[in-house]
Amino acid sequence: MAKIKGAIVVDTARCKGCDICVTSCPFDVLRMSREVNEKGYTYSYMLNPDNCTGCASCGLVCPDGCIKVYKLKV
Amino acid sequence: MSNPIIQPENLVYDKSAVLTDNVMHYCPGCSHGTVHRIVAEVIEEMGLQDQTIGVAPVGCAVFIYNYINVDFAESAHGRAPAIATAIKRLNPDKLVFTYQGDGDLAAIGTAETIHACNRGENIAIIFINNGIYGMTGGQMAPTTLLGMKSSTCPTGREPHLNGYPLKITDMLALTEGTCYVTRQSVHTPSSVKKTKRAIRKAFDNSLQGKGTSVVEVVSTCNSGWKMTPVEANRWMEENMFPFYPLGDLKDR
Amino acid sequence: MKNELVLLKGNEAIAHAAIRCGADGYFGYPITPQSEIMETLMELRPWDTTGMVVLQAESEVASINMVFGGAATGKKVMTSSSSPGVSLMQEGISFSCGADLPMLLVNVMRGGPGLGTIQPSQADYFQTVKGGGHGDYKLITLAPSSVQEMVDFVDLGFELSFKYLIPCMILADGVIGQMMEPVTLPPYKPRRTAEQIAAECPWAANGKPAGRYRNVVTSLELDPAKMEKKNEVRQERFRLVEATEVRYEEFLCEDADYLIVAFGSAARVCQSAVEDLRSQGIKVGLLRPITLWPFPSKVLSKYAEKVKCMMTVELNAGQMNEDVRLAVNGKVHVYHYGRMGGIVPTPEEVTEALKSHL
Repeated sequence: MAKIKGAIVVDTARCKGCDICVTSCPFDVLRMSREVNEKGYTYSYMLNPDNCTGCASCGLVCPDGCIKVYKLKV
Repeated sequence: MSNPIIQPENLVYDKSAVLTDNVMHYCPGCSHGTVHRIVAEVIEEMGLQDQTIGVAPVGCAVFIYNYINVDFAESAHGRAPAIATAIKRLNPDKLVFTYQGDGDLAAIGTAETIHACNRGENIAIIFINNGIYGMTGGQMAPTTLLGMKSSTCPTGREPHLNGYPLKITDMLALTEGTCYVTRQSVHTPSSVKKTKRAIRKAFDNSLQGKGTSVVEVVSTCNSGWKMTPVEANRWMEENMFPFYPLGDLKDR
Repeated sequence: MKNELVLLKGNEAIAHAAIRCGADGYFGYPITPQSEIMETLMELRPWDTTGMVVLQAESEVASINMVFGGAATGKKVMTSSSSPGVSLMQEGISFSCGADLPMLLVNVMRGGPGLGTIQPSQADYFQTVKGGGHGDYKLITLAPSSVQEMVDFVDLGFELSFKYLIPCMILADGVIGQMMEPVTLPPYKPRRTAEQIAAECPWAANGKPAGRYRNVVTSLELDPAKMEKKNEVRQERFRLVEATEVRYEEFLCEDADYLIVAFGSAARVCQSAVEDLRSQGIKVGLLRPITLWPFPSKVLSKYAEKVKCMMTVELNAGQMNEDVRLAVNGKVHVYHYGRMGGIVPTPEEVTEALKSHL
């Protein structure tokens, strides 16, 4: 059976660190950064990239449209 | 850093091309951003960017025209349904929608809202209900829950002082002119999908001339509620949804 | 396509003229003494012929905002009301001026303040020419004194409004609205096509074609520098209107020792008074401002050098009187004779009033 691998890219300059994507991820992929962007916001990143399935839950709930989602059957 | 999955051919989700690159002025986690995003997605999917005229409200979403890349008219506070009425009647082939908050739609614009719905204007009304005035700094809204604190009911809304929260969407469902009235939310991936389907249906109705569609989105204002965005979502589930239950109120 | 001679009430004339000038929409709310405007439109059913939209709104607040919406898409739209209704509309009028929208407004004035009376008045002069709503703005204001002018000013009002992107107000009163006169109706002008609107109103929010930046019709600008600039550009347009669009009528002014200044229905009364005074050997002239803004200040200033005194006659407590005094800048005394409460003075009253200042 083909395995589905996913990945996301966060527009860190646009992200405001609201944390909603982190709590919406069903596979515990995301965390908030310790660093801040130019505006002083933390931003989300993939802590556990291997868990990502490209389900796009994070992108769907993101209020700022910061998340690009990629998906590949391998 | 190079992730082999991150290739253009593998892209499955991105913000809509109808959403501008402007960073939205909303607070972190604000529901407005999510709703703007999906409105833009629906317009893009329908291929109607050149046929859409939005009517912006007064309130936090006053600058919606900086984010959704379609033509807009900016309304006086609460008058969006009147403005949309004329835009649609004079341009019957266009997709015309209003985007309004609870103060705009359910307080100062109650008359315009009810009468546009009762005339069955072929417009879509997107109604953001977060139970508070965001733009002016957290005052009581007509939809503020009993006991809920705001800067003008600092110890919580009391009915003998402040009256009761208004379920205006239920009232709008009673008007003969509405064809579709629904109450949704955007706090989870599945709720976002449902709201997007609702907005799509409302826009389809506008084009098909079926009457007025109202999509209420029960939303958070974490700054006004003085919570984190995640806490606000939870508070909304526990407190807003029992009084403003989600689901279709009317679909014909 | 020819002119047509008919007998019409002033209010009915507005409705006929609107359809004939190719208006796209009328939005209104009933109020005495101007309800015949919408009633006539509903009877004529222009949506079946020219395609003009006519809608009875739930309030004047809604109707002016409907006009805002229609105008925002570049359409030729109008509303009409009477004094209390126009007060309600001030929010929408201010927003329309802030968004630089062209539109035609009609106020068939009645006496106030408040609910006042349904009888004729000119007491909304200040409200109309000095702003009325909030912010620095002007309305091009046309004051008809005959039913024919009710017809003619509809087309003229739209033309001026679209030329300068300033709302135009026809400031009539209950006399002009209710009286009947034979009028010549102009031939039908077709409504503008979408292509014409796109060419004439590139700012209109009527759907963004690919390649054009989105149009946003708004009165809002939070950047103080940009907001000031926006206001300055608007003020420049106001100066241009003041320089080019002043309209007035002179009646026996050339050799006059005394000048009466009156507009609208009051000017009709004054014309009889002037004839009467002339027959008594008193050389009186009548200057009738047709545009109340822009106000005919220059010509009044010219007459201030020649006449012994001026007298305004208005159906109010002396509102235009202030603008005449500003125009003559202290060179001559500007008396006032006015009636209020819906009372229209007789020519004899005006004659006596002037004679008291000889």
